[in-house]
Amino acid sequence: MTDDIKKLGYEAAFQQLEDLVAQLESGEKSLEESVALYERGRQLSAHCQSLLENAQLRVRQVDDEALRD
Amino acid sequence: MQTYSVRDITEYIKGLFDADRNLGSVWVQGEVSRLTRARSGHWYFTIKDAHAQLSCVMFRSAASRVSIDVSPGAEIVVHGKIGVYVARGEYQLVADMIEAVGGIGDLHRQYEELKRKLAEAGLFDQARKRAIPTFPARIGVVTSPNAAAWHDIQTVLSRRMPLVEVILSPTLVQGTEAPAQIVAALKRLYRSDADVILLARGGGSLEDLWCFNDELVARTVAASPIPIISGVGHEIDFTIVDFVADLRAPTPSAAAELATPNRDDLLQDIDRLRMRLAQQFDESLGLRSRELTNMQRQLRWLTPSKRIEADSRVLLELRQRQYRAVATFLTHLHERLASRERALNAANPAHILGRGYALVIDERGDIIRRAAQVSAGQRLDIRLAEDKIKVKVDE
Repeated sequence: MTDDIKKLGYEAAFQQLEDLVAQLESGEKSLEESVALYERGRQLSAHCQSLLENAQLRVRQVDDEALRD
Repeated sequence: MQTYSVRDITEYIKGLFDADRNLGSVWVQGEVSRLTRARSGHWYFTIKDAHAQLSCVMFRSAASRVSIDVSPGAEIVVHGKIGVYVARGEYQLVADMIEAVGGIGDLHRQYEELKRKLAEAGLFDQARKRAIPTFPARIGVVTSPNAAAWHDIQTVLSRRMPLVEVILSPTLVQGTEAPAQIVAALKRLYRSDADVILLARGGGSLEDLWCFNDELVARTVAASPIPIISGVGHEIDFTIVDFVADLRAPTPSAAAELATPNRDDLLQDIDRLRMRLAQQFDESLGLRSRELTNMQRQLRWLTPSKRIEADSRVLLELRQRQYRAVATFLTHLHERLASRERALNAANPAHILGRGYALVIDERGDIIRRAAQVSAGQRLDIRLAEDKIKVKVDE
């Protein structure tokens, strides 16, 4: 998986995936582009899924001290 | 016309009472009359004013918490739910709280006044309500870290959307210190990068929830730069904060649900997109493969060998036509030649000599046609068909 995908948050990755599928569906792509889009789409969906499945709720606490400036 | 049984029609009426939002939680002020404290611990009494009266019942557990004097003639404020007692076909107030006039009744008036005031200020306007983000990355939570509500919220978030980061801004949620603490806790989150804030507290008595009817708390909620979901108390509890918040949830858990998409739904969304992706790709490949096949077929027709084959057929035909034309011409020439030969043969002198004629030729080979051409003593040849005779002219 390419590094730029690994860095994406869930929402951004999902949005890209949606856009990409829509782009493919609108047609008129060269074979090379189609292959590249498909591969990227596959990676994006895998990334989204792994984010969802491996997520652990993170909790931090803001007290008066923590945000005192 | 349909005929009902008494029971059916009474149950029907009871249903109307139960479905009514106002009757579910009312405060009624009146003077106590006809009080019966039953041996079971339940209280049966009536409250009245100059124009009307209302039957009330208060069950033992609630009655045991009443701390003021309730005796005939006392002016009291009763809180509860008005419903139908089917067995007697009467409606009654099922009381859960009794306070002296000026006690919680005053609080209640304050509540109504504040509600009216903030409504007039436009703080409850639907137009002010902001949309709750679909994919919050960070969720701020204002609640007590020691209460069940906090646990419930974490449970729901872990199940539904563990991708989110939760920012807890702890506060007391009951008591006189609570309003100021809630305001401070909210403001801490206003300075954070939270996408949405949950303001939550589990169920409790009316007094317990009172800090959510505080004007400063309400105004702080209204001034939030971040959308706020309120989840205070149980289903039926409505606090001022509920009216001011961008979204009201009936409980803390419900607030957490409203703040997050469901992970299972999201996974399903991903699956759907993945299928569309694969399908699109297959179609794209299929289309291209069909195009390619067509091209190859066309290409085979356009290949040089095909062209040469086609051209050489044309060439062969041309050559054949040429042969035919030449042959026809030659035949024609032959025929003309033959006819000339026949004419020539007909003119051959040998044929004439054969019939008995003769030619007279002088020494030079000239044919003699007139007598004047010769002189006496001249030698001449007489040519016959087979041979010749040499002669000498006499005279």
